[in-house]
Amino acid sequence: MNRLATNLPGLQLKNPVMPASGCFGFGREFSGMYDLNKLGAIMIKATTPKPRFGNPTPRVAETSAGMLNAIGLQNPGLSKVMEDELGFLDKYDVPIIANIAGSLVEDYKEVAREISKARNVKALELNISCPNVKEGGIAFGTDPQTAKSVTRAVKEVSQVPVYVKLSPNVTNITEIAKAVEDGGADGLTMINTLLGMRLDIKTGKPVIANGTGGLSGPAIKPVAIRMIHEVSQRVSIPIIGMGGIASAEDVIEFFYAGASAVAVGTANFVDPFVCPKIIEELPLLLEKLGYGHIAECTGRSWKKNAQTAYHRA
Amino acid sequence: MIKNENMRVISQRKIAKTIYELTLEGELVSEMHQPGQFVHVKAGSGFDPLLRRPISISSIMAEEKQFKMIYRAEGRGTQLLSQKNNGESVDVLGPLGNGFPVEAAYGNGGRVLLVGGGIGVPPLFELSKRLSAKGCSVIHVLGFQSKDNVFYEEEFSRLGETYVVTADGSYGGAGFVTDMIKRLEEDFPVIYACGPTLMLRALEAEYGHKKLYLSLEERMGCGIGACFACVCHSAADPDGHSYKKVCSDGPVFRAGEVIL
Repeated sequence: MNRLATNLPGLQLKNPVMPASGCFGFGREFSGMYDLNKLGAIMIKATTPKPRFGNPTPRVAETSAGMLNAIGLQNPGLSKVMEDELGFLDKYDVPIIANIAGSLVEDYKEVAREISKARNVKALELNISCPNVKEGGIAFGTDPQTAKSVTRAVKEVSQVPVYVKLSPNVTNITEIAKAVEDGGADGLTMINTLLGMRLDIKTGKPVIANGTGGLSGPAIKPVAIRMIHEVSQRVSIPIIGMGGIASAEDVIEFFYAGASAVAVGTANFVDPFVCPKIIEELPLLLEKLGYGHIAECTGRSWKKNAQTAYHRA
Repeated sequence: MIKNENMRVISQRKIAKTIYELTLEGELVSEMHQPGQFVHVKAGSGFDPLLRRPISISSIMAEEKQFKMIYRAEGRGTQLLSQKNNGESVDVLGPLGNGFPVEAAYGNGGRVLLVGGGIGVPPLFELSKRLSAKGCSVIHVLGFQSKDNVFYEEEFSRLGETYVVTADGSYGGAGFVTDMIKRLEEDFPVIYACGPTLMLRALEAEYGHKKLYLSLEERMGCGIGACFACVCHSAADPDGHSYKKVCSDGPVFRAGEVIL
């Protein structure tokens, strides 16, 4: 019995575990360490119309049980990603979720229109929540009307389902979630990083060159759980959960909160083998907990009748 | 190939002020083929500290399946590491990066110059061992902050002529490594260096036209090229978007390849 097979809009997944965007590059580095076919899907690094160098260094800093980063959406640009990176990934039997970003609505549309034509891109992840770029990014994700209109614009040109990545840097995340659902989103991915800062004790200045950065890692897991718990009760589209996942137990907790799949981010930097390890451990943990299929866990924290067939493959 | 292993502590000793030499044993050593590569070390077992610490490999003893690394116990992670005792294990990912091209020194005539600054000195030791084993005549110029910080002078001296300088003049020659190199009045066709960026810049300005190889230091996230934390601009495109990753394209670059 396959306890892990999961169906979501556009995505037929062997298992609901995938590396999160920005934490896996385009998969090349990890392909030398394990068979990428083991993964449920791959969320590739954010792609913009033109190449971006990103922010000055230092770009990362350690925090208690977490890290700050301000990479700044460095990527080789749409055409190189399509030719080189998606071409490289095409030899694997793994659906690709392409994270798309830009400064203007037109940028999102341009990337969405082209990248959604790639054979292995089965869904888009609309990045309206990057806290580390001056224009675009988070500006689209903190106002419900703007979030809705960029979602609608991307939906109009995309060949594949669109998942919208939500920012936790808002007072009312449900409002944004409902707005993008109205805008036609097929699913949500949440959460992106929390805006944070660290200062150097000797100089008094920020530790990373950009000043602020996005906080990720185990430190933000309770925030992600709370937000998914809240949003999943108010929308009818599925959620791919992320934010500090580092173990099979964490995955189950995200499902309980209301997620139907999960992405592993920062943990890939600490242990590059963490995704296959979690995928291997999950069936044993489900067995131990008495679940026939992982979908039974979705929303268990708030559902009266926790058994659900919604996402069962 | 990059591997992850819990390696056994064979010995740990303090060799200078806040400087430790750690000897580890395990199968991972059989993957270490090049001087100048590094390992990524998880200092604690939980989430705090979370990230690994990049530490250069200073000596490879392939037959014993052991290697040495020398690090400065400065932050919380490296301080935790310095408390590891014999028989305990350390979580190591590696070997990572591209090291010094040893073969670049062959057949150039003259002596091979190795220049190290502070905690950039350790990877030169394995390099010097290999160059000496190939019959190259090596000379070392090692710079430290102060007398308390000096280490491995004797070890390097066994491999070749060794000059130590300190910035405050409390030991050896006074001043910077570049001052000492000038005083030697010798033409070095091949130079390898590892140390602070300012030192590497000074060397590049003076000896960039030689076969000069520089090992860079930058704060890292993953150490394997996935997180894009440690990028630098390519020299051919100083303001553009082409880049090199210090962790996986480097840490060793030919002078003039990247913007320091």
